[in-house]
Amino acid sequence: MPLDPKHKTKVYWKKNLQTLVVLLLIWFLVSFGFGILWVEELNTIPLGGFKLGFWFAQQGSIYVFVLLIFAYVYWMNRLDRKFDVDEE
Amino acid sequence: MMEILTWTYLLVGLTFALYIGIAIWSRAGSTKEFYVAGGGVSPLANGMATAADWMSAASFISMAGLIAFAGYDGSVYLMGWTGGYVLLALLLAPYLRKFGKFTVPDFVGDRYYSNTARVVAVICALFISFVYVAGQMRGVGIVFSRYLEVPIEWGVVIGMIIVFFYAVLGGMKGITYTQVAQYCVLIFAYMVPAIFISMQLTGNPIPQLGFGGEVEAGVSLLDKLDGVLDDLGFAAYTDGRKSMTDMFMITLALMVGTAGLPHVIVRFFTVPRVKDARLSAGYALVFIAILYTTAPAVAAFGIYNAINSTSEKPISELPTWVQTWQKTNLIQVEDKNGDGVVQYLADPNTNELQIDKDIMVLASPEIAELPNWVVGLVAAGAMAAALSTAAGLLLVISTSVSRDLFKTFRPEISEKKELRIARIAAAGAVILAGYFGVNPPGFVAQVVAFAFGLAAASFFPVILLGIFSTRINKEGAIFGMLVGLVFTLGYITYFKFISPEQNTAEYWWFGVSPEGIGSIGMILNFIVCVLVSRFTPAPPASIQEMVEEIRIPRGAGKAIDH
Repeated sequence: MPLDPKHKTKVYWKKNLQTLVVLLLIWFLVSFGFGILWVEELNTIPLGGFKLGFWFAQQGSIYVFVLLIFAYVYWMNRLDRKFDVDEE
Repeated sequence: MMEILTWTYLLVGLTFALYIGIAIWSRAGSTKEFYVAGGGVSPLANGMATAADWMSAASFISMAGLIAFAGYDGSVYLMGWTGGYVLLALLLAPYLRKFGKFTVPDFVGDRYYSNTARVVAVICALFISFVYVAGQMRGVGIVFSRYLEVPIEWGVVIGMIIVFFYAVLGGMKGITYTQVAQYCVLIFAYMVPAIFISMQLTGNPIPQLGFGGEVEAGVSLLDKLDGVLDDLGFAAYTDGRKSMTDMFMITLALMVGTAGLPHVIVRFFTVPRVKDARLSAGYALVFIAILYTTAPAVAAFGIYNAINSTSEKPISELPTWVQTWQKTNLIQVEDKNGDGVVQYLADPNTNELQIDKDIMVLASPEIAELPNWVVGLVAAGAMAAALSTAAGLLLVISTSVSRDLFKTFRPEISEKKELRIARIAAAGAVILAGYFGVNPPGFVAQVVAFAFGLAAASFFPVILLGIFSTRINKEGAIFGMLVGLVFTLGYITYFKFISPEQNTAEYWWFGVSPEGIGSIGMILNFIVCVLVSRFTPAPPASIQEMVEEIRIPRGAGKAIDH
């Protein structure tokens, strides 16, 4: 599908921003959401020897952060290739 | 059986020899090598170096203890100091790598086509880095004095010589590869005692799982801890004492501050490609997360062990580690009611036991009854953590002076001369940092934690807007940075130094403590930046093109092979 370069760049940037919004929503949810705002509600749910809210605040959020960055790397590499803006 | 002191000298000496060897092997020959290691560091090596750069003496020695006494409230550090890497990876690192220069003030000065903006950025960078580096040198001195039984002053001087060697000689190239070695040393030193303690207490060798394990049949460690603390009059371990607003604001300030710290950002200039910058942020967080998910487990094990082995025990029968560490005043027992038994209580009038937070890591090998070499290993690990962070900060300081100040205003100087100035600046910074390490101004300890608030309120908004908006101009950026910085600095100074007696939730604006005020400063910076830009002329077309250009990965500058 031939696109003029200017338009192509615009679409690439828009896709990039969409990826960011999705990933940052999850980032906010697991830390500020589960770890702080709704910690008391989640603490009524046990997870092994943990209370769930406490687990998110001191363990779970960090694991999710790591996954988020690798998901970003994967998606962006795919996006770069699709729009032919990747590096050699 | 070898003495603890012999082991400590041996292990610390060996690691120092390793760092110096690496420094000689990786000398910097050009300014590009000195500033960004030639831009040819592999993402994995950069991830390790970033992790070592990031985890300071405070992360290694003090954080677990801080969490042990703060319980759930300690989560702000865990989430704050890791979540910032998500922001860094997604919002800043790839674009700054594409921009392809050497420093944060470089970006601010070029993007906002203004040397005023550049100078404001340099001042912020220098201030943040100096505050931070003085604390590291102090950390080196303390580790030396505790483990090697030399005076703090000598400890600082020895630390200065080592850092001098590889930061001044090797520049970023030397620092990068020593930091890789330092990461390996520090993570090994942190994990060995943690694994053994976890096994002893819960039967599970993985601390992250032992954290949720059982200490008695059917009773989990955390439930037990909640109960024990409650009996002694303390708040439950898994409950918070800080208000939800304050928790939120402190976490946000730490996250955004992490993403805005110049010595962390500059690490992403050292990789060859944009996709490497993204990937190495991921690796960095993996390496950081290993320590940061272990620390809360060490915290819970530590406080549980400390209470269990002292509370309601006769003073004459306290374990040997309590007696050893009493000598350093990190544990103090005072039999107030004269019954010969230790009472650890929340009420300061009847409490007979004072435990310093640093003990949770420093004494962990003895608490777990591990062999003497583990003690030496922990000392070498603490030293690695302090030295690696100090070196990263010193590089930011020297680069700011030689490149952002000298080269900007005297563009005709040769590369050779610029390199010499960078080395002289690094040497000067080492000496100044050492001086503050020996004679710490009272405010240093207070201010280190606020470096994050300042980074959040000054750099983060203007870098972010500089990438994601083409309309933000120099007027907006300069006013934004100044308002964010002055507001945050003013609020902290007022509550910490002018009226410390008012430093309670009752007087705080919107219930936000000075630790969390960087979040408000950041929001102000954003608002001012956008508003001022709207009412002043748009940036020149060439700048708008530059912004479009950094959004596309292809075409990042070539790297020099190592």
